[in-house]
Amino acid sequence: MSKKILAAPYLIWMTGFIVIPLALIVYYGLTDRSGAFTVANVASIATPEHIKALWLSLGLSLASTVVCLLLAYPLAMILRNRGIGRSSFIVFIFILPMWMNFLLRTMAWQTLLEKNGVINGILSVFHLPGQNLINTSGAIILGMVYNFLPFMVLPVYNVLSKIDNDTINAARDLGANEFQTFLRVWLPLSVPGIISGITMVFVPALTTFVISNLLGGSKILLIGNVIEQEFTRGSNWHLGSGLSLVLMVFILISMAVIAKYDKNGEGSAF
Amino acid sequence: MNRFLRFLRRTWQNFYLVLIMIFLYAPIATMMVLSFNTSKSRTQWGGFTLHWYSEMFASRNIMAALHNTLLIAFLSAVIATVIGVAACIAINSMGAAPRAIVMGITNIPMLNADIVTGISLMLAFIAFGISLGFKTILIAHITFNIPYVILSVMPKLKQTSRSTYEAAMDLGAGPVYAFFKVVFPDILPGVLSGFLLAFTMSLDDFIITHFTRGAGVNTLSTLIYSEVRRGIRPSMYALSTVIFVTVLILLIITNFVPKKRGNKV
Amino acid sequence: MKKKIFVYSMVAVMAVTVMAGCNGGDSGSTGENPSDKKEAGEAGSDELYVYNWGEYIDEDVITQFEEETGIRVVYDLFETNEEMYPIIEAGAVTYDAVCPSDYMIQKMVDNDLLAEINFENIPNKDQIDPAYMEMSKAFDPENKFSVPYCWGTVGILYNTKRLGELGVEPPTKWADLWDERLSGEILMQDSVRDAFMVALKRDGFSMNSEDEVQLQQAKQALIDQKPLVQAYVIDQVRDKMIGGEAAVGVIYSGEMLYIQEEVADLGLDYTLEYVLPEEGTNLWLDSWVIPKNAKNKENAEKWIDFLCRPEIAKANFEYITYPTPNKGAFDLLDEELQNNKSVFPDMDSLVNCEVFHYLGDEVDSIYNDLWKEVKSN
Repeated sequence: MSKKILAAPYLIWMTGFIVIPLALIVYYGLTDRSGAFTVANVASIATPEHIKALWLSLGLSLASTVVCLLLAYPLAMILRNRGIGRSSFIVFIFILPMWMNFLLRTMAWQTLLEKNGVINGILSVFHLPGQNLINTSGAIILGMVYNFLPFMVLPVYNVLSKIDNDTINAARDLGANEFQTFLRVWLPLSVPGIISGITMVFVPALTTFVISNLLGGSKILLIGNVIEQEFTRGSNWHLGSGLSLVLMVFILISMAVIAKYDKNGEGSAF
Repeated sequence: MNRFLRFLRRTWQNFYLVLIMIFLYAPIATMMVLSFNTSKSRTQWGGFTLHWYSEMFASRNIMAALHNTLLIAFLSAVIATVIGVAACIAINSMGAAPRAIVMGITNIPMLNADIVTGISLMLAFIAFGISLGFKTILIAHITFNIPYVILSVMPKLKQTSRSTYEAAMDLGAGPVYAFFKVVFPDILPGVLSGFLLAFTMSLDDFIITHFTRGAGVNTLSTLIYSEVRRGIRPSMYALSTVIFVTVLILLIITNFVPKKRGNKV
Repeated sequence: MKKKIFVYSMVAVMAVTVMAGCNGGDSGSTGENPSDKKEAGEAGSDELYVYNWGEYIDEDVITQFEEETGIRVVYDLFETNEEMYPIIEAGAVTYDAVCPSDYMIQKMVDNDLLAEINFENIPNKDQIDPAYMEMSKAFDPENKFSVPYCWGTVGILYNTKRLGELGVEPPTKWADLWDERLSGEILMQDSVRDAFMVALKRDGFSMNSEDEVQLQQAKQALIDQKPLVQAYVIDQVRDKMIGGEAAVGVIYSGEMLYIQEEVADLGLDYTLEYVLPEEGTNLWLDSWVIPKNAKNKENAEKWIDFLCRPEIAKANFEYITYPTPNKGAFDLLDEELQNNKSVFPDMDSLVNCEVFHYLGDEVDSIYNDLWKEVKSN
């Protein structure tokens, strides 16, 4: 019995700072300024500007997730096939940038992409025309990929290194060619890692407002920006909360997907 | 022929590794180079200078933000570890149903988007009449840190056998004494990793801090955000160089040096 | 195990912090430790929470104030009026002295967020040119709530060399910001009233328009302009223009002195010029106010009085280079500067200019919705 008392501080803390705050979001999301019940805030996701922002967020985060996967899978495969140990220096090199502050990483790309930035500077040395790189959807995808790539590399690499060489050899002995081995052995066995990588990239990409602010020149409005601005500028907290509720639904859906494929939590990066 | 193919393949693989490496490190390298550039311009080399470094170390704001960042990371990790470990012990002795509920709550901040967590905390602080400042950042960080501690400690705790603990009790040890003598050494790796995970999560957080910070309190993340929105600050390049080099050196020391020593033994 | 990588790396990071912690501790002892600052704040009244625009004060002035009065200043920044308002309204942080613009002051007065200033504590108020007290009456009819700090206009900053390359003649009016040849070369203001001001003025409407048709037209104009806009920014306009990132930018007048100095210092091969658009523009006045929930009202009054001192106002002017309404400070300036029309424009030249008014919560939210439509387009 006395042991259960030990949970008290935790439960009080989590009630006070997780449950009640979330309840407040629900409350704000379902009321208007006068405190009367309304679904207008949640329903406002259907207004053209919000739906546009949501689609754009979904599109950009999906695109960056796909790019991350396409970049990370071969990388993880090469590292694994070289028999490079988990604690080796090479693996370390590929996840090191993750330890840099997130904002500094994003700022670095701003420096590279700006009109008079480093990339255009290099182009002009070769007398090539300057490119319009910053403040485009491409710049935002690039920022997302750069920031979240390690979150994809790590779980994929983790599941791949758990695959036994004997399994692969067995497939070869049974006459499978490389492509078949990949399709029938590698891919199915790495699904948990892929799924966990996908969520670890997709959720932060879907909800970001920082990357779109710094690399999008405030020209590109993502759903995260809409919510942030409702709280910090529009001062309509009810609308902001209503949209947050919608966002949570999308996160829940993607979480349900992972739970389905990753029952054992094998692919988790932590 | 086969050998040639293998060679080709290996070359291609090396090429790919190098390509990704360039992608990952080019931005960081660029900032390092620019941090020594006299000119504020990003395309012209005006000569070598350490001016931006001295500006950075002389800046009251940057140093205060650094201090806050470290203090908050340390305090929030310690408090989260204490609360989290205590909770783990209690959860471990719970029945299946309450345990599922508690673990469900634990998962909320891990799964939820940072922006929602941040906003919900801000709403709560305002509703409770807690004025935003250092302490609200600290509370917010403890909140999102506790789950990391619990998720690190729980598996270790499950592995410990109850019988040794009970044996110690039978031999006359009090529960607290028995815990620290018998159980704690077993779960220590989990506690340590939970603490460190919490610490780094706190260091890197921007979004939650953005919504819960108050007057004149900045962490490095919020400071960098406002500086970047104001314009080009080469002192920020200097800051990122310092952070990168420190992290690099420390990671190398902890990752690789002890291992070699261990091999010798 | 993957966990190991994390754990090892984290041990490392921890070590970093232990080291850095020592440094931080040193800097903290110089009197900038926010944690103990907070504690003290709730107990005594030796504190002052100031909320101001970025780069809107000479930092030495803060230090001087602290030394002279023994009051510790907790100084925080905001980027736009719109961002400042919800913070004050929610009382999430209680600031003692805030420096919003005209229309926002009106909104704060209307919503009963401001305290009346006790002018007995501000003898230096007499230094303020009465013309500006008169101007303040537009939003603070009895001069009870605000003390003017800086004023200025909004205009177009342009890069002469870049325009030459593009074959575009220098802009003279807002409509020039819709020139297709400037595609990707325009920096617009990222705040709702300023952006709509540009569009409304372009079509000859009042920038305080509440007319649905005019506002829709302005919205459409902004949407049409969006493909030409490089970015919507606020404080970044200055550095981006100095860096040659864009050909034209919408900017607050006061940045000019700084920009011209900086361009000369850097030895750049282009010049930046400022023009007041023909259609007229926003004439703005930022003033110090004291929120009703301020905890250290007397300190705030000391602060405002301090800033009104001619030599302090002069120091601030030299740093932020926005025109000062302080007569005493103006008299201390070089004659050359006093006659510099790009710094201190003649009031007569500002014929078509208007001052923003607060239009009520409902119109405010119409503006916000339209602006969101522009941004999401």
